[in-house]
Formats: sequence, structure tokens, C-alpha cells
Amino acid sequence: MKSGQRTPRLVALAILGCLLFNYPILAVFNRPASFLGIPVLYAWIFGAWLALIALMAYAVERDE
Amino acid sequence: MLQGWVIVVTSFAYLGLLFAIAYYADRRADGGQPVITSPYIYSLSLAVYATAWTFYGSVGRAASDGIGFLPIYLGPTLMIALWWLVMRKILRISKRNRITSLADFVASRYGKSALLGGMVTVFAVIVIVPYISLQLKAISNSFTILVQYPEIVMPVKIGAAPLLQDTALWVALILALFTIAFGTRHLDAAEHHPGMVAAIAFESLVKLLAFVAVGVFVTFGIYNGFGDVFARAAAEPKIAPLLTPLEGVAGGYASWVWLTILSMLAIMFLPRQFQVTVIENIDESHLKKAIWVFPAYMLLINIFVLPIAFGGRLHFPGGNVDADTFVLTLPMIEQQELLALLVFIGGLSAATGMVIVETIALSTMVCNDLLMPILLRLKRLRLAERPDLTGLLLGIRRGAIIVVVLLGYLYFRLAGEAYALVSIGLISFAGVAQFAPAILGGIFWRGATRRGALAGLLAGFAVWLYTLLLPALARSGWLPIAFLEQGPFGIALLKPLALFGLAGLDQITHAMIWSMIANIGLYVGVSLAGSQSAAERRQASVFVDVFRHESGGARFWRGTASPRDLYLVLARFVGAAGADSIIGEYARSRGMAWPSEQLVADAEFVHYIETQLAGAIGSASARIMIASAVKEEALSLDEVGAILDEASQVVMYSHRLEQKSRELEAATAELRAANERLKELDRLKDDFISTVTHELRTPLTSIRAFSEILLADPEVELGERVRFLGIITRETERLTRLINQVLDMAKISSGRADWQMTRVDVREVVADTLARMSQVFKEKGVHLVEQLPEATPPVLADVDRLIQVLLNLLSNALKFSPEGSGRVVVSLRISSGELRIDVRDNGPGVRCEDQPYVFDKFWQAGDTLVAKPPGTGLGLHISRQIVEHFGGRMWVESEEGAGAGFSFTLPLAPA
Repeated sequence: MKSGQRTPRLVALAILGCLLFNYPILAVFNRPASFLGIPVLYAWIFGAWLALIALMAYAVERDE
Repeated sequence: MLQGWVIVVTSFAYLGLLFAIAYYADRRADGGQPVITSPYIYSLSLAVYATAWTFYGSVGRAASDGIGFLPIYLGPTLMIALWWLVMRKILRISKRNRITSLADFVASRYGKSALLGGMVTVFAVIVIVPYISLQLKAISNSFTILVQYPEIVMPVKIGAAPLLQDTALWVALILALFTIAFGTRHLDAAEHHPGMVAAIAFESLVKLLAFVAVGVFVTFGIYNGFGDVFARAAAEPKIAPLLTPLEGVAGGYASWVWLTILSMLAIMFLPRQFQVTVIENIDESHLKKAIWVFPAYMLLINIFVLPIAFGGRLHFPGGNVDADTFVLTLPMIEQQELLALLVFIGGLSAATGMVIVETIALSTMVCNDLLMPILLRLKRLRLAERPDLTGLLLGIRRGAIIVVVLLGYLYFRLAGEAYALVSIGLISFAGVAQFAPAILGGIFWRGATRRGALAGLLAGFAVWLYTLLLPALARSGWLPIAFLEQGPFGIALLKPLALFGLAGLDQITHAMIWSMIANIGLYVGVSLAGSQSAAERRQASVFVDVFRHESGGARFWRGTASPRDLYLVLARFVGAAGADSIIGEYARSRGMAWPSEQLVADAEFVHYIETQLAGAIGSASARIMIASAVKEEALSLDEVGAILDEASQVVMYSHRLEQKSRELEAATAELRAANERLKELDRLKDDFISTVTHELRTPLTSIRAFSEILLADPEVELGERVRFLGIITRETERLTRLINQVLDMAKISSGRADWQMTRVDVREVVADTLARMSQVFKEKGVHLVEQLPEATPPVLADVDRLIQVLLNLLSNALKFSPEGSGRVVVSLRISSGELRIDVRDNGPGVRCEDQPYVFDKFWQAGDTLVAKPPGTGLGLHISRQIVEHFGGRMWVESEEGAGAGFSFTLPLAPA
């Protein structure tokens, strides 16, 4: 019934994604350091990507 | 064990399995139990996005750019979050209008323009053919490398092999046949290929499995997990900079951003993506799963790209092994035969999936939006009269598939190892991005016009050609390299890689900036400068308001047709059985039988047939066919405007209402004024009656009083008696005169008076009247002066009435002139086309304040309460009415104590 919220939620996630995968946030992680042996830039992008997909799944499926 | 025959047999076994899956899915769909109803299959079919370019090329790019390859896969994730807003709308529009391809979508949006559809088709073919050749190259190269096992030898320059021994040619031919087998088995009005979708979903699983298998093997088999790979890479000075690539190696953030945008557009507008996402979609709700399953797929297939790339760099430090082949060569050098074979099959799935879907999409476009509109218009072919065109349609599509694949092979053969092939993936992305403004603008902006879309597409595509394709060709040695370095004709400002001096950007970013400026600028500018035709406006409304109109555009049609004619048109393209079932379904939904006489070809029916037909041959062609079958009366722009803008009609009605109510108010005001006037007249009548009765009562009272005296006292002296009887007689005469004058006045005012109009010599009448009155004047001792000209022209008047006026004025003058010293002057003269008569006395005159009233009824000079002056008070009033009846005027000029002058004019009689 609350599918009216689905579009704004997904649009907000798209905007969030654009922020996460862009300058200046990327610049913060663009340095020679590692997290659990994985370069931070690499870890950040894949971590944020996974989180974004999880949020999208939640946003699109929760009204079922 | 990896001899050539093993690889070939495995490959054919795999293709056979694919075909079996497709065949099974098609059979199930025909039987009404489709297997592709699962949203997961839909989501997996979207992964046709990952081609051989992803499978082999990502690692190649990562080996030189580090994480710089990733925006190509991040972009789709960001875009797909917007799909609930954008793609759902495109899906709804496409279903309702039976859109068959990307070109059809654009053509349909802009008034079913065949020109626009054809243009999009041509552009799509130009953009996609090199991309197809990239897939052929991948298959052929991976085969060549694998066959050399256990040696690792890079393929020699292509073109060296004789044509018939060229693997790529056989691959191309086999793929073409394969595509024909399940892309054009039969003609479906909905353009669905359930078998193909099932096969593509399966291929997506295979390539993911293969790639992840290599990734796990490299990361955990060769090395000890992610940490180990990255640690070793960081220790290598040549590779270390790739770990923090965004400043320097990958071209910085600008290219990162533009690659993201590019892939956001590509995921929607690559013809194969449009095909699987929109055309093959059978249920809008599948989008919900796809929104997270597809990005998850992208994430999975990319996790191991960097480890494989670094592993390859560490394993082959010499640089004699192409980084694009690391996925295959790493298992080979580690003696993993089965894994290598699996990788080859994975690459084969990636490449075949792309080629199959892309060629089906292109062949549909070439057939429906390029060839059919042209063929149908060629009157010489008489195509429109042929009873069955299904064979022709299938033939064209099969031919188009073979031609497209062979074009891909030709490009591969010519471009070879050259730059033009390696970089073509991104160049193709930039090419299809040119479709974005026309499509995205088209579904959200009602005002976008056909000319705007044409101009934007042409300009964007021209810039793309100039800044990306031509340089690629120049680097492959097909154009003089000076063209790149000095610009055409040595004009530095026009250098294709630094247009107008914009340097310092990578090639893709540079091309995207200029092409998008040209494309969007012209699209918006030309749309705003021009106006839409009726058909465009109708389609704009159908597209933009798709969630509002529930039943398409049927109501915008007007014309006459017979159901039989429409049936025949439909049967030509989908066969008699197909036409029967389509129309039967329509009839059933309305509770009628087919064939029957009940069915009428109303707007709704014609629209239904046109959409069904559009499903088979595209909207532009369907339009032409329907137009040939029905007598269509064009809707004028005004009519469409009126239909679309119902609101404006309401506004119009309310305007009319306002106007009516204003008119009503005016009428009311007039009525009120008339009513006031009537009341005034009524009051005047009452006044008149009371005045008249008062005037009558005065003489009656004295007559009665003297009569009573005479009656009561017979002893009255004779002298007295004679005096009383004299008074009675005078009062009676006065009464008679009063009544006569009232009657006279009533006659004149009501227009019932009897006028005897003749040509009158006024001088004679005046002279006569004066002669008659002279005795009375002499008796009173008033001197009468006459000033008459020798002769006067005649006037048109009633002689008796004229005399009445003169007598009235003279007796008034006499009445007010002092006895003995009185003097009355009567003059007659001609002035400005009129005769003017003046009667002046030297009596007391008329007071200034009384002058406006002297011509009123019953007005009398002096104080009537003190002394009753002789006369009735009606004489002047009647005189003035008589003069006005003759067309003249009467007025008074006087000063108190200096006598009064009454004047009137009479117009001269026409000659």
C-alpha cells in the first residue's frame, strides 16, 4: 500500500550512491593504507557498494 | 588433453545445450506455461551487459588503471535505483504502444516518425558493429591461445590467416545461424523471445561461475587470500601506484565521473539492454527483483578483477602476455586444464550472449524501422497489396542478422589488433549515450519536438563521430595521423582530441562534454523554437502521461474503416490464424463473436489493430499500413488542442458565463431605468390630472356660487342679477376654452391631431392675423408695430394651427402690455435657412428663474394664489408643440422689467 514511498526512497539512494562514489569522499580513501590487508579505496568502494545494494533491496522489497 | 577438437566439441556441446534450453523454454511458452516468469531469470538476462569486454577486458584495464575500470559497473547500480521512476515508465509506454525496439520507441514518441526511426537504426548499427567484432575477436583469440596449451603464445596478427582457416569467420557464421534459429523462429506480435531470454540467463550464470572460479583459484589457490595479493602488489614498485590510482594513472576524477555517467546511460540505451529490459519484459513487477539482483551480480563478477589483474602482472612481469588474456593464461600456466576450459566457455557465453541479443535487437530495428517503412512507401513494389508478408518479414530479419554479424567480422578483419578495436567498448557506450536526451526528454518533457530530437541526435552523433570514431580510425592507420596531431587542414582549433582548444581531458570525457552540449543544446533549443504537429502532440501526451491515460490514444482518431479490411491488413503480417486469434480476443473482451457483423471499426478497434500490428512491424510501418486500410480524417491541430486541453474549454465556458452575466446586469440596469421612467411618467400623469381638475373646479365653484345666490334669493336686484349672470357666462366660456385646450393638447401629444400640411406663405398669414387683431390692440391703447419683408419663401405647415400659435403669442403680449403706453413689435425674417418670427412687448417681462418653465403645462405668470390671471396656462405649451411638429423651435428671451420676446422658427419648405 505504501508504494508511494518507494520512488523517493530509491531516488534518495541513487543520490547517496552518487555522493559515496565521487570526489571528495573517494579522495579521502585514495591513499596507500590498508584495511584487513585490503587497500582502503578498494575496501571502501566494495563495502559501500554492498551496503547500497542491501538498502536498495530493502527499499524495493519491504512493502510486499 | 586440450587439443583443438576437444575445445571445438566442448564449444558445440555448450551451444547445443543453450539451444536445448531455448527450445524447451519456447515450447513451454507456446504451451502457455512459460519458464521465464521468474523475476530472477529476468534479472539474470539483464547481465547480458557483461560481455567478453567485461570478462577479459576488465582485468586488462585493471592491470593498467587499477580500480579505474569500476565506474562501468558502478554506474548501472546508481541508474537502476532510478529505474522505478524511469524504467517503469518506459516499460508501461512500451507495453501500451507495442514498442519493438529502441528505434521504434524514439520514432513512436516523436509522431511515429519513420525518418527518426531510420536514423536511430543507422546510428545503432554504426555504433554496435565494432562492438560485435570485439566479441568475435575475444572468442577467436581465446580459442587460439587455448589451442597452444601448454605453451602460452599470443595470437599472431589477424589477417595473416587465410580466410577459410580464420576461426573468427566460423564463429561469426555459427553465431549468426544460432541467432536466426532462436531469434526469428516465427513472428510474434509481442516480439517476445522466451527461449532466447532463458538461454541468456543461463549464459549469465555460466560466465559468473567461470569468472568467480578463476578469481577464487588465483586469490586462494595461487596466493593466500586478498591480503596476500595486495601485499605483494604493493611491494612491487611498478604495480604499487595502481592501489591509489585516482590521481594520475586513471586520469583523475573527471574521467571517473564521466565513465559513471556513460555507463548509467549505456545500461538503458544499449540496444541489447533495451531488448532484454523492455522488449522481453513480461511482467512490470519483475523490475523490483532486478533492482537489487542485477547490481549484486555486477558486484560479484567484479570482486576478483583486481586480484586477477595483479596476479597476472606478478606472474608475467615481462609484459609479453596481453593483460586482456590474464583470465585465461593464469589457469593455463598453473596447468589447470579444466579451469582453463571453463574460462573459455565462460568467455564464450559472455560473447555469444551479447552477439545474440544485440543482433536480434538490430535486426528488428533494421527490419521495422529502416527497411519496411521504405519498402511500404515504394508504390512500385505493391507490397501493401500482398496477402501475406510474414515470410518477407522473417526473411528481412534473418538477412539483417547475417549482414550485421558479417559486418562485425569485416570490421574485425580490417581493424585487426589495431587501436580501433581495443577501445571500441567505451566508444560504443559514448555512441549510445547520444540516444539518452531524446528518450529521457521524450518521456518527461511534453514539449519536445520531432525536429528537436532529429537535430540533437544528428549533432550529438556528428560530434561523437568526429571526436571518437575518426581518431580511432586514424590511429589504426586508416586516416592520416596528421589529422589528429595538427587538426584537419592544419586548423589547430579543430583537432578532434582537443576541440576548440579543450585539452587535458581523456578522450572519452572530452567527447562526452562536446557531444552532450551539442545534443542536449539542439534538442532543447530546436524544440523550444518550433512547434509540434498534431501527431506529435498526441504521441507526446501518450508517452508523458502514460500513467494517467488508461486506454492509449484511441480517442484521438477519427475516420472510417471496415473490420474486414483491418483483418486483412493484420493477416498479411501475422498470418490468418494470428489475425483471427487477435481479433477474436478483442471481440470476446467485448462480449461479441468473431467473425460477426456486430464488430464495428470504431476508433478503439482501429487503435487496437494498429498497436497489434506495431508489435510485428514497428509503429512507423504500422501507421503506414493502417493509413492504407482506413479513410482517416486528419485531426486538425485545433481539434487535438481542444481535446487535449479540456481544461481550456472549461475556462472558455466560464468566460462565456461571465460575459452572459455581465450582459444580464446591463439588461437589468436598462430595465430599472425604464421602470424609473415609467414611474416618473405615472407621477406626471397624476400631477396633470390633479392640475386639470383644480383648473376645472375654480370656474365651477364661482358658477355654482352665483347660481345658488340667484336660486335662493329671487329678490336680487336686476342690476345685480345681470352682473351675476355675466360672471356665470364668462366662467362657462372659460370652462369650455379650458376643456377644448386640454382635448387639443391630448390630441397633439398622442399624435391623433388632424394636420393639414400645405405650403404656406407665412408673410401673408402674419399680416392677416395682425389685421384681425389690430382692433383689439387699439381698444387697449397698445401700439402694434409690424416689421415684415416684401416676400418670404413658403414653409410646410397647417395654416389654422399656425394662426393659433400667432394668436396665442399676440394675446399674451397684449395681456402683459401696459394700457396706453404698450408697444408690441412683430417681426418676420429669414435667417440661416429658416423663417424666424419674433413677438416682443414692453410689459413686465418673465423672471429669469421662471424662463425654463413658461412652456410647461398650466404655468401661469404671477402669483396664482393672490390673483387669478386670465388664461388657462396651456396656450404656450400647445404653441410650442405645434411649432415643434412643423420642425421648428420656440423660445423666450426676456429681462425682468424690460419686456418679453417670444420667438419661433419654421423650416423652409423644400423646393
